[in-house]
Amino acid sequence: MSRVDVLNGNQAAAIGASLARPGVIAAYPITPQTPIVEYLTQFKVDGKIDSAMSEVESELSAMSVLTGASLAGSRTFTATSSQGLALMYEPYFRASTLRLPIVMAIVNREMISPQTLWGGPQDSLTIRDAGWIQIYVEDNQEILDMMIQAYKIAEDKNVLLPINICYDGFYLSHMSERVEIPAQELVDKFLPEYEPEHIKLDPKKPMAVDPLTSGYLLMEYRYRHLAAQQEALKVIEEVDKEYADLIGRSHGGLVEEYRCEDADCVVVTMGSMSGAAKEAVDIKREEGYKIGLLRLRVVRPFPSKRISEVLKGKNCFGVVDRNVSFGWNTGILYQEVNSAMYRHGGDVPSVPFIGGLGGEDVKIEHFLHAIEKIYEGAADGVDCEQTIWLTNER
Amino acid sequence: MKEIRLHGLGGLGTVKAGEIIVYASVMEGNYGNSFPFFGFEREGAPVVSYVRLGDEPIRPKNQVYKPNCVIVLEPAVMNAVDVYQGLKPDSVLVLNTTHTDIDKFDIPPTVKTVALVDATKIAMETLGRPITNTTILASFAKATGWVDCKYLKDRISQLFGEKNVDAFDKGYELTKVIEIH
Repeated sequence: MSRVDVLNGNQAAAIGASLARPGVIAAYPITPQTPIVEYLTQFKVDGKIDSAMSEVESELSAMSVLTGASLAGSRTFTATSSQGLALMYEPYFRASTLRLPIVMAIVNREMISPQTLWGGPQDSLTIRDAGWIQIYVEDNQEILDMMIQAYKIAEDKNVLLPINICYDGFYLSHMSERVEIPAQELVDKFLPEYEPEHIKLDPKKPMAVDPLTSGYLLMEYRYRHLAAQQEALKVIEEVDKEYADLIGRSHGGLVEEYRCEDADCVVVTMGSMSGAAKEAVDIKREEGYKIGLLRLRVVRPFPSKRISEVLKGKNCFGVVDRNVSFGWNTGILYQEVNSAMYRHGGDVPSVPFIGGLGGEDVKIEHFLHAIEKIYEGAADGVDCEQTIWLTNER
Repeated sequence: MKEIRLHGLGGLGTVKAGEIIVYASVMEGNYGNSFPFFGFEREGAPVVSYVRLGDEPIRPKNQVYKPNCVIVLEPAVMNAVDVYQGLKPDSVLVLNTTHTDIDKFDIPPTVKTVALVDATKIAMETLGRPITNTTILASFAKATGWVDCKYLKDRISQLFGEKNVDAFDKGYELTKVIEIH
């Protein structure tokens, strides 16, 4: 039987991962991810999961252990944040280029310096081009659902890539809310066992993994890896539909559109701030503004066509980034969305916003202000070199 | 939607109290979310936790700036923090205090209902420790009626055991609710 409970984001992640029955779990604790490791260890002690738990001494080891486990044909899970992810970078890259469908939750935490531990996706966005699939979610239900879907996407024979489910530290990891937990039988029906065919360590059939490889062959590997990322665009949509049919919830697939259809301007958001943004959209709609919201879910592969379909023909859009692109004087997603628009959509004026760094609250008032600025941009043009910073008074 | 802010010190169960309120709301078929401001444990330091309750899914994951209710789990917090900040018109104030009338407090004019309880004393008598969250949840339920005591007690029993249910019952009985006209 499916059941309803009140779960924080880390509990939702731990339960979601458990329902996928991973064979091997290896994780090293770091704020704000730590409770995931504690919950999973408790599940193991209580006999609720039969995964092998590997007590590792660092994130570097965690990903290395999972690399071995995945090569041996196991379904695997880990989770990390920020500095832990940074320490993991070397095996992180190898996991994707070896095409291992590892699932890792990233509890997004701002990067140093100055020292910080509050929320923000700077950690995972900075390494968005290490070959993994990256999906960013809005609430705890979506965390749980996507943990299960993650395995289906990653293990698809046309994909075979590792995947990150990313959610904001504290705003989701430590927030408790209503979550529906699907029955184990339903999840088993949705998610068949992992049977690797492309790469598997088997003493009876020895194979060389990762030998020194010439550029000629390496280019072939990269060509196929990029193609697999593009295949994932289709698979993410299919898996979302399949999950909706069987378990009853869709989260929009590649993107979530909110009141976009008849909108003349759009605010683009990602992650936990999107709820406050939807409230602001409703308030502005009451005042007569035809504003819509586009929530980015999938950052890798970047759904450029899908995004441009939504934004094409609008008078103006704005992107609210909870991160920075140091070299562009904007957020990262602003540049990504604009690239998509120039490729597919034509020249729609756009306003870059940055807010919520280091866990700062992005309030409804910030979005009301941002929407005003987007309409000013539509009327008077935009100087896109001038990022608007959404700050709080002290 | 009702918004609640809880003030306590690390170790009093301020964060758990918020989660228990959300649990009660959800078990009644409604919605809620709750999260702490600091997000990690710091025993003895001021802690703030936020709760939202409603009969539809709750979208904002922000901090609460204009609460319909403020709950203070430890009197000393009031010396360090402006617990009254942003209280909405017709709001509810739930105080752990040794005082039995409101003259001692500089209560803002927007407050309509005040609940007073000596939660520390009840907790010491019932639990032997000054952990006030389960006692003051009863005061909150009595003053607001926003959630069902049955579900609060269910969760308290699951998490902390029967002694804390006793603390809840005693808290409910001894809470003085004052309506300001």
